[in-house]
Amino acid sequence: MQTEPLKQKCEQLLQNLNSQLCDFYAQLRAIHIDQLERKWITISLIVIGLFVGIIVIDAFFHGVNPPGKVETVDSASLHLNKEFAEDNLGVQVDAKGHVTVRMVAGRYSFFPKHIDVPAETPVTFRWVSMDVLHGVHIPMTNMSTMIVPGYVAEIITTFPKPGEYPVLCNEYCGLGHNHMWSNISVIAKENWTAPVKSPAKGVSNNE
Amino acid sequence: MNDAATRKLALSHLWVAFIAFIVACFMGQYQVLERSGFIPALDSPSVYFASVSTHGVLMAFVLTFFFIMGFGYTIATTSLKQPVWNKPLAWAGFWLALTGVVLAAIPLLTGKASVLYTFYPPMVAPAVFYIGATLLVVGSWVWCVIMLVMFMHWKKANTGQPVPLAMFATAMNALLWLWTSAGVALEVLFQLIPLSLGWIDTVDAGLARTLFAWTLHPIVYFWLIPAYTAFYVFVPKQAGGFLFSDEMARLAFIVLAVFSLPIGFHHLYMDPEQAKGWKLLHAIGTFVVALPTLVTGFAVIASLEIAGRLRGGKGLFGWIISLPWTNTMVLSVILSLLMLIFGGFGGIVNASYAMNAMIHNTAWVPGHFHLIFAGTTVIMYFAIAYYFWPTLVKKPLFSSSMALVQLWTWFIGMSILTTPWHVLGLLGQPRRISSVVYNNLLTLAWKPYEFMMIFGGLILLGSACLFIYILAKTQLNPAAEAFDQQIEFAEPIYAVESLPEWLNDIKLWNKVIAVLMAISFGYPILQFFFMDSSGSSPWGF
Repeated sequence: MQTEPLKQKCEQLLQNLNSQLCDFYAQLRAIHIDQLERKWITISLIVIGLFVGIIVIDAFFHGVNPPGKVETVDSASLHLNKEFAEDNLGVQVDAKGHVTVRMVAGRYSFFPKHIDVPAETPVTFRWVSMDVLHGVHIPMTNMSTMIVPGYVAEIITTFPKPGEYPVLCNEYCGLGHNHMWSNISVIAKENWTAPVKSPAKGVSNNE
Repeated sequence: MNDAATRKLALSHLWVAFIAFIVACFMGQYQVLERSGFIPALDSPSVYFASVSTHGVLMAFVLTFFFIMGFGYTIATTSLKQPVWNKPLAWAGFWLALTGVVLAAIPLLTGKASVLYTFYPPMVAPAVFYIGATLLVVGSWVWCVIMLVMFMHWKKANTGQPVPLAMFATAMNALLWLWTSAGVALEVLFQLIPLSLGWIDTVDAGLARTLFAWTLHPIVYFWLIPAYTAFYVFVPKQAGGFLFSDEMARLAFIVLAVFSLPIGFHHLYMDPEQAKGWKLLHAIGTFVVALPTLVTGFAVIASLEIAGRLRGGKGLFGWIISLPWTNTMVLSVILSLLMLIFGGFGGIVNASYAMNAMIHNTAWVPGHFHLIFAGTTVIMYFAIAYYFWPTLVKKPLFSSSMALVQLWTWFIGMSILTTPWHVLGLLGQPRRISSVVYNNLLTLAWKPYEFMMIFGGLILLGSACLFIYILAKTQLNPAAEAFDQQIEFAEPIYAVESLPEWLNDIKLWNKVIAVLMAISFGYPILQFFFMDSSGSSPWGF
């Protein structure tokens, strides 16, 4: 029995809002804006629209996105975690031939310290931190993500050019931050062979 | 502004700001030298990161907060022709903020709070660092309250009259800052202080980063609005002309304040704790906030052109030559706009969603914000100081030719410092490293740019010292005779007689901000309370 007045009230509210918006629009139209300025604002809006349009089209139709898969992990017990236990780190290839790289970041290195990946092949990186905040960037590529403790940072990328690349920590993680880096070899697709069973790779290749 | 007590209040704030600034400039020069590795004896990560943390806090929080407060008191009293409301409260805010600075400085300078000014949990610093930072922010809230009360009082006493543009911008900035600081306040009060005191065992770093991102973008607009205010209310008059449009200026300040708040996730593009849909939403908002800056650029250049033509400038570019280049305010705005154009290009790259991956956390980023903050914004702080000082100390400026040299050298130094910094970022150099120890050929390409940056830093340091010298000399000069200079506000071409209430008040915009913040931060913050996450225990550094 309360519905009638409530409905009326809602209608009243909507009407008010509508008339307020109309007033607002009329007042906005009444503001003195110089012809030149009007043109400039139009140009600005077109340019902004163009940029936003390119970004949105790339995101929706070409899948060009930053990392954004919200997935949690217990950073304090990675050694007990099936996925990120020592034996599972590094490069793995599943039955369908998809390449996945699991990496642990910790003061002050990325583990395993050296990996080989194929060029011109989509590679899924899954990064976790075992202590504080880290970031990882492979210069000259778009393999870049923050590694926040408590979360898995997943990013899929394709390396176009074979070569030796450094893997750098790019977020302040403590006084030894400078020393936090490792290596990755991007190998021409035809020369690359999948690791048979990913062994524990604790051997240092760093200076 | 004839009231000695108000002048003392404004001067005290401005001096704290500029003392923090000059100390931080010396640290900046040390950092660029240490980082280059040319002087092996300097190499020390612990000193370097203590210095970076202190440099960041002094420049981003102390210089800015105290400058904005001193600027606000001056604007409010001169534009409204009212004394400061509740002076004892204003002084309480000053002392609260200063106590906060001193408390935070102790762990910073002794190397116990090298967590950078962005805090970075789960690393923790001693609680006194966070408590000091909190007091500084609470001191700035006192200022916000005083500004808003003075704004309301004036409106009540002058019903229907347009609020002077300068005060409208300042009130908008106070509103903006109250909203902006809420994010970091939540992080510090509910996460960092309890963690560092041991009241809680773990912290969710993802939530902490989200809350900090709430603050991290609009805070730069809080810093920038005094510079834009000077663009609109001082520059046209100083150039010898008129303000192009008073109403558009108000609209620009409104859009700046409203849209700079719900867009902080462009600092989290590369983060795993937020989904890409939210990042895209904030990316679109980030582009919207470019609009008021484009409008401001148009208005300032149009005002300058009017002035140039009134001064006899002819032809397409002749008006530029006939501008009063020897006026400190006019020179500053020209140099400021030049840096804004280049800084703006860089900003569009940063804002561009996935493209951000190329430059995220590389040297490009400090290059960008030095150009746009230390360049565009701080050069206007200098211009405002040169303009206010004769009024505040009742003596003529010690030397305006020295001031011109100071402004030019700041611009040249900033160009030499930030250009190689951007290049280093494109060459893959991470920001926030104290030395280069990567055993990789890539680093060879970095050397010449690091060398150039040292020279840029030296020029800037010299310029900063000259700035302090000019201000001190002006104040300490023996007063020859009664000197009285008033602060003058620019007249718009078309005077505004009446305005719709939403162009003359902040209440509506407060509600709009509340709605936009609920949309853009509501779910992204709430998700942390529903997801199955495990916090991080505290770490030292």
